[in-house]
Amino acid sequence: MKQNFFHIALNKKIAKNTFFMILEGRLECVLKPGQFINIKIDGFFLRRPISICDIYRDSIIIIYKIFGQGTQKLSEFSKGKVLDILYDLGNGFNLENAYNKNVVLVGGGVGVSPLYFLAKNIEKNCKSLKVILGFKTKSEVFFEKEFKKILSIHNKDDSFELNYVTVVTEDGSFGSKGLTTDVLKNLKHDYYFSCGPKTMLRAISNLGKDGEISLEERMACGFGVCMGCSCKTLYGNKRVCTEGPVFKSSEVIFE
Amino acid sequence: MNSLNVNLAGLVLDNPIIPASGTFGFGYEFSKIYNINILGSIVLKSVTKKKLFGNPTPRIAECENGMLNSIGLENPGVKDAVKKIFNLKKIFKKKVVASVAGFSKDEYKFVTEKISKIPNVGIVELNLSCPNVEEDGINFSSKKRSVISICKAVKSVSSKPIFAKLSPNVTDITEIALAAQGADVDGITLCNTLLGLELESKTGKPVLPRKIAGFSGRAIKPINLRCVYQVYKKINIPIMGVGGVQVAEDILDYMSAGAVAVQVGSENLVNPMVCQKIIEDLPKKLREYRIKNISDIIGRSHR
Ligand SMILES: Cc1cc2nc3c(=O)[nH]c(=O)nc-3n(C[C@H](O)[C@H](O)[C@H](O)COP(=O)(O)OP(=O)(O)OC[C@H]3O[C@@H](n4cnc5c(N)ncnc54)[C@H](O)[C@@H]3O)c2cc1C
Ligand SMILES: Cc1cc2nc3c(=O)[nH]c(=O)nc-3n(C[C@H](O)[C@H](O)[C@H](O)COP(=O)(O)O)c2cc1C
Ligand code: FES
Repeated sequence: MKQNFFHIALNKKIAKNTFFMILEGRLECVLKPGQFINIKIDGFFLRRPISICDIYRDSIIIIYKIFGQGTQKLSEFSKGKVLDILYDLGNGFNLENAYNKNVVLVGGGVGVSPLYFLAKNIEKNCKSLKVILGFKTKSEVFFEKEFKKILSIHNKDDSFELNYVTVVTEDGSFGSKGLTTDVLKNLKHDYYFSCGPKTMLRAISNLGKDGEISLEERMACGFGVCMGCSCKTLYGNKRVCTEGPVFKSSEVIFE
Repeated sequence: MNSLNVNLAGLVLDNPIIPASGTFGFGYEFSKIYNINILGSIVLKSVTKKKLFGNPTPRIAECENGMLNSIGLENPGVKDAVKKIFNLKKIFKKKVVASVAGFSKDEYKFVTEKISKIPNVGIVELNLSCPNVEEDGINFSSKKRSVISICKAVKSVSSKPIFAKLSPNVTDITEIALAAQGADVDGITLCNTLLGLELESKTGKPVLPRKIAGFSGRAIKPINLRCVYQVYKKINIPIMGVGGVQVAEDILDYMSAGAVAVQVGSENLVNPMVCQKIIEDLPKKLREYRIKNISDIIGRSHR
């Protein structure tokens, strides 16, 4: 865990209630895809955990959705505002599990965000890479183009099928109508990485293939001391903030 | 002696700053964040006889200037905890305060006997805010009778000083503190969390599955400070104060009201450097308020 002050270089709406934020500061460490940061917001006792969407030099990029009062306040901050941030939190995805495999990334809603950093890190090492992005409706869709850009670099030798980024919406207002699991079921793959709502993660786990999922839980500390964020696994309780947020989907016991 | 020394039931501390139980784990995580050897001591997470998995999640809710927790005493159980505490001596060179919890008198006794034997345990703190499952399920700390019976049982097996940590959720905290003193404990910790409730604005339903939970943080400071103030007048054993501490002045407040040492709880979770900051600030504050030794101010509100 590290603590530092970062200033907001950009806080921009990119979809309905969804914001893209660049935080500039001094990282002084290497952050991994799947890790998160914990942001202090004036007027709120607890920090707000948000996944890392990308790292650019010494900046942390996040994407967050307005959910309640804290994220509402975050969305109102303008450029230059300084934030107190804890980072280097959580384990992150196991990048080596993508090595030489046919990999699919499955994101639901704002859960799409950490998969972007992951995609950038594994595109060179996996055999093939495909992405499924699921949203409720058209106005919430983001980052389709950004993923396409990464994957077009990866797939430049044309050895893969073309539609490697699939967007689905629950109401069919964008892409095809349906759920991410509908697509995943019919996509040949050896391994997946997923982040999104619990119901989606459970459905994906139930498909029974090998993969990793990133969980959410309410947190007080985010660095392993309060036992607020425990989740049940086959190997006993684990802390989502420390042993997670990424778990092998086969080990998580969904309740 | 330096100006921050205090003597807590025979244990001389470099300073009166002690992280509170449940907000510092067993010390290992924080040892990677700063040099924990600057602390006066550490109260470790409460330990029960068997490993506990705790309450269903979510276990955490936010309130104005504070938080609710219903962790449900998740801990590794006494067997593993003894190893963790024993090994802590490699990274924390001072004596620790081990916290004991239980659901029956025998459990408190069993755990205390094991834990008090560990060489680097200087004090045992009894977390009495646990439900008595052998009787009515009401927390031990709310009845004089159960406080007396546990404190006596534990004293008979412990080679280390015992502090009884009381719940503030009672009509008269001084009665309970007097009962504990009567049962020969060596000190009193005031207090554990208050009982609180948070509702979802949209549905009006409790945010946490256990509904009522422990309320801690900045907002509770005046209440726990009042408890220390009231109890100090009635008892003659040392008090540790805890509740809502954020800055160096809060330490002075608790000590003025009568505490010998002060614990820092929830603030560690959201502001991990808080104890280090307070320890750095205290000498400046002593100069500013013209206090020579911090121990001089213990109980000065009453003088
Ligand atoms: C590891 C992790 C990574 C996350 N990554 C992202 C991300 O990249 N983008 C994003 O938009 N959201 C993310 N979330 C969810 C985000 O933390 C919550 O949406 C946010 O805390 C809500 O705060 P609020 O004040 O707006 O809501 P309120 O409901 O007012 O918050 C009240 C309390 O509940 C907590 N809380 C509410 N919802 C959640 C939740 N889903 N998970 C954890 N705590 C919650 C808050 O932190 C706060 O303590 C992540 C959560 C976790 C645990
Ligand atoms: C997440 C959390 C876990 C706690 N666990 C324990 C515990 O195991 N045993 C105990 O005696 N007190 C426990 N407490 C209570 C604290 O030690 C302290 O008494 C209380 O939080 C009030 O202090 P504060 O306002 O500084 O947090 C816990 C508090 C929190 C917030
Ligand atoms: S949030 Fe405190 S242990 Fe995970």
